Amino acid sequence: MNKHIDKKALKVSRRGFVGGAAGVSFSFALGGSLLDAGEALAQGASGKLNAYVTIATDGGIVIMTPAPEMGQGVNTVLPLIIAEELDADWSKVKVQQAPVNAAYNHPIFRGQYQVASLTTRGYWMPLRTAGAQARRVLLDAAAQRWGVPVTELTTEPSMVVHAGSGRKMGYGEIAGFAQTPEKLPEIKPEDLKPVARFRLLGKDVQRIDIAEKSSGKMLYASDVQVPGMLYGTIARAPRRGSAPKSFNRDEIKAQPGIVEAVAFDDAVGIIGNTVEAVFAARHKLKADWSEGRGAKNNSETETQDYLAHVRDPSRKGVVVRQTGDANAAIAGAAKVVSGEYTTDYVYHAQMEPLSCTASVTPDGVEVWAGTQWPTKSVAEAAKAAGVGPEKVKFHTMQMGGGFGRRAYVEYVVDAVMLSKAVGKPVKMIQSREDDLRAGKFRPLTAQKIDVGLDANGKVVGWRHRIAAESVYPDLYGQARLDNDKGVDFIVIAGADMPFYDVPAHVADHIYEQNGARVAAWRGIAAGYTNFAIEAMIDDLARQAGKDPVEYRLALFKDPRGKKVIERAAQLADWGRKREGRALGISFAKLGIPPVGFSMIGTVAEISLDRPSGKIKVHNLWCAADVGLPLQPSNIVAQIEGSLVFSLGAALKERITTRNGQVEQSNFHDYEVLRMSEMPEIKVEVISSGPIPLPVGELAIGGPIPAVANAFLALTGKRLTAAPFTPDRVKKALA
Amino acid sequence: MAVAFTINGKAASVDAGPNTPLLWVVREHLKLTGTKYGCGAGLCGACTVHMDGQAVASCQTMLSAVAGKKITTIEGLSEKGDHPLQKAWVAEQVPQCGYCQSGQIMRAAELLAKTKTPSREQIVTHMDGNICRCGTYPRIVRAIERAAREG
Ligand code: FES
Ligand code: FES
Repeated sequence: MNKHIDKKALKVSRRGFVGGAAGVSFSFALGGSLLDAGEALAQGASGKLNAYVTIATDGGIVIMTPAPEMGQGVNTVLPLIIAEELDADWSKVKVQQAPVNAAYNHPIFRGQYQVASLTTRGYWMPLRTAGAQARRVLLDAAAQRWGVPVTELTTEPSMVVHAGSGRKMGYGEIAGFAQTPEKLPEIKPEDLKPVARFRLLGKDVQRIDIAEKSSGKMLYASDVQVPGMLYGTIARAPRRGSAPKSFNRDEIKAQPGIVEAVAFDDAVGIIGNTVEAVFAARHKLKADWSEGRGAKNNSETETQDYLAHVRDPSRKGVVVRQTGDANAAIAGAAKVVSGEYTTDYVYHAQMEPLSCTASVTPDGVEVWAGTQWPTKSVAEAAKAAGVGPEKVKFHTMQMGGGFGRRAYVEYVVDAVMLSKAVGKPVKMIQSREDDLRAGKFRPLTAQKIDVGLDANGKVVGWRHRIAAESVYPDLYGQARLDNDKGVDFIVIAGADMPFYDVPAHVADHIYEQNGARVAAWRGIAAGYTNFAIEAMIDDLARQAGKDPVEYRLALFKDPRGKKVIERAAQLADWGRKREGRALGISFAKLGIPPVGFSMIGTVAEISLDRPSGKIKVHNLWCAADVGLPLQPSNIVAQIEGSLVFSLGAALKERITTRNGQVEQSNFHDYEVLRMSEMPEIKVEVISSGPIPLPVGELAIGGPIPAVANAFLALTGKRLTAAPFTPDRVKKALA
Repeated sequence: MAVAFTINGKAASVDAGPNTPLLWVVREHLKLTGTKYGCGAGLCGACTVHMDGQAVASCQTMLSAVAGKKITTIEGLSEKGDHPLQKAWVAEQVPQCGYCQSGQIMRAAELLAKTKTPSREQIVTHMDGNICRCGTYPRIVRAIERAAREG
């Protein structure tokens, strides 16, 4: 993985060397000043894995962070992994956002792409290796200088130590004479630091971005100021596939402060001298939009139609998960228990509406964007500007929330097109209303689960059907879906059940094609798949006359799953009766087989105001097994955040559409959870092994079934349609 | 017509339409971008600033209403980012994406200016207009309590 040093890289670094302080940079023969590494790579050096570390002679260390930051703390933990193996003095480390370059690709996604809570998990070994490799180069250089075998040397933070002679040398001093070898040393797994000797990981090092985020200094894409820049906004077509046939361009252009108004494929762009002018003109826009394929998208009828589809055995879906022959097992079962569940479209509502700044010049294009997919952003910006990707200067900005929305990069194209239209830099800001109405939502779903039981009540077969619009074609293109044999891994995520003792299992996805604009939403699909599964488990427990905790513990074949359920139940004091309140429990998991699964047990305590139909969630207790917890306090923060997010979708968040048009527009009619609706939250983090498992979305799958199961315990009624709005609650009680 | 007011202790005069939201005046005309746009409708609190010591939604405050007033934004809350709330925000590691946090801190600063040791209930009531989509509410509460304690 280390290999040769790229010739071009050498040249770049020598230039840097002439002008800067001497130092070692592990992507280059000799590094230049501290900030050169990123510059050099941005200029096209195809650095291999060790493009991460630069050490200056004063002991300052720059560590490149390869992934974008959307709030989950990766820009602290990723550099921390390198620093741990490098044995760096963390106080001397500066973190720099890596450029978009294949050297920084995520090993699973083979691009700089951030989804599925796999950032830390994916970069874990490459970053450890990079840190260890940099440390080894320093050790070798010190050994040579002192004329001692390298095996006699150890390190303390930013210091090489020779215990035999009591000599010590700082990393900065070594950087003054060290040469990066032609061939970087090979690091074997056994050369890595044992977890027990970690000084930084697992110790709750403070996040690097907190001070800036508490002083207003952190810069987001919407904060970018470029000399001579104009402002732009985008009015996206109200429906997917719809185009502006005509619009009142003259009237818009005549508005004060407006410079230009342009029709794009699926939008109208407005450009002016100020944001206020552009937003005011936006309100005056009258466009005639073509119908588009989204015109069939009606949430009300979809729920009914999709339910009919999952009920209809003759309607075949794409089989996405299969173990054994579940259909035969169910056909031959002594008893079959069935359940149906529906969920609505939900909106990401990332706090920063979509925004991007772009400057198209004759030489290329410069872009400032917060995105979960920098690699794709660069490719799309190049295409939109009509230049090669090497002509894109891209600034990866902090995101004001992502949650899956910024896996799409159409707003980057918007900004480039606006800049191109006027030949000036343009800061594109979408209004909250436009961000919401052109949102790409977690798909509306209907699900049906049938479970076959033998004469002793043991589960013999499990069939899970999901009807939903497919996400892949819009996000990845039809070709990728075809390539994956029609399996849309986003829509069906979480439908697998590897940890319960279910001998035969089948899940299929019935493709709906009403042209809704859809996306992965935090948790991928667990917000609905896990609702269905864990509601069904409680129904089965009830059928069997068993306590839901006992029933789950008996059904688990996995000890880690058992443990999170046991611990969550203990935290909640599960056996204690509460007057007017009830508890519900759920299990959730996140991961894919080769990567491993994290797991969580969630208990919700609720009460109900019967006349109004309002559910109040008083407490949530979670026990989360995340493998190796690298930043425990931040893991708790991520779980708390996911619980809040998910509870919104359990209780109130809901997008409705009529003839393709979204009926909500802002936070008054798309309500997210506020502080006064917060339950008390208690999270326990369980460490279970040497690998950090997915965290950022783990807790999403828990609250919806936990609340529904608590409702069942409280009222004997099953809530089957999420969110559990007062209307639906009253209907369930009636 | 230019409107004169004080921002973070300095005199400012901004020439923009009288109905220009203070939010854009602060962010784009004066380049103080710590104040954020979240909804433009007084629903989220991301744009919270102080006007003569009162927390207001700058997206709902028009330039004409600002004449002669004292405006404080997150940039002017403390000299070095060391207001007791800002220190508590760091100690409790509150922000995730951070986008809502200027507004949260400005709103909380108004509370502490009036109520030295607010109860949990007073905190929740006061802060309820500020959305945090990342769900940092538990830590916001703890940080306000810490700031009240540690001053
Ligand atoms: S932007 Fe002013 S309240 Fe949301
Ligand atoms: S920290 Fe992201 S919205 Fe509050």
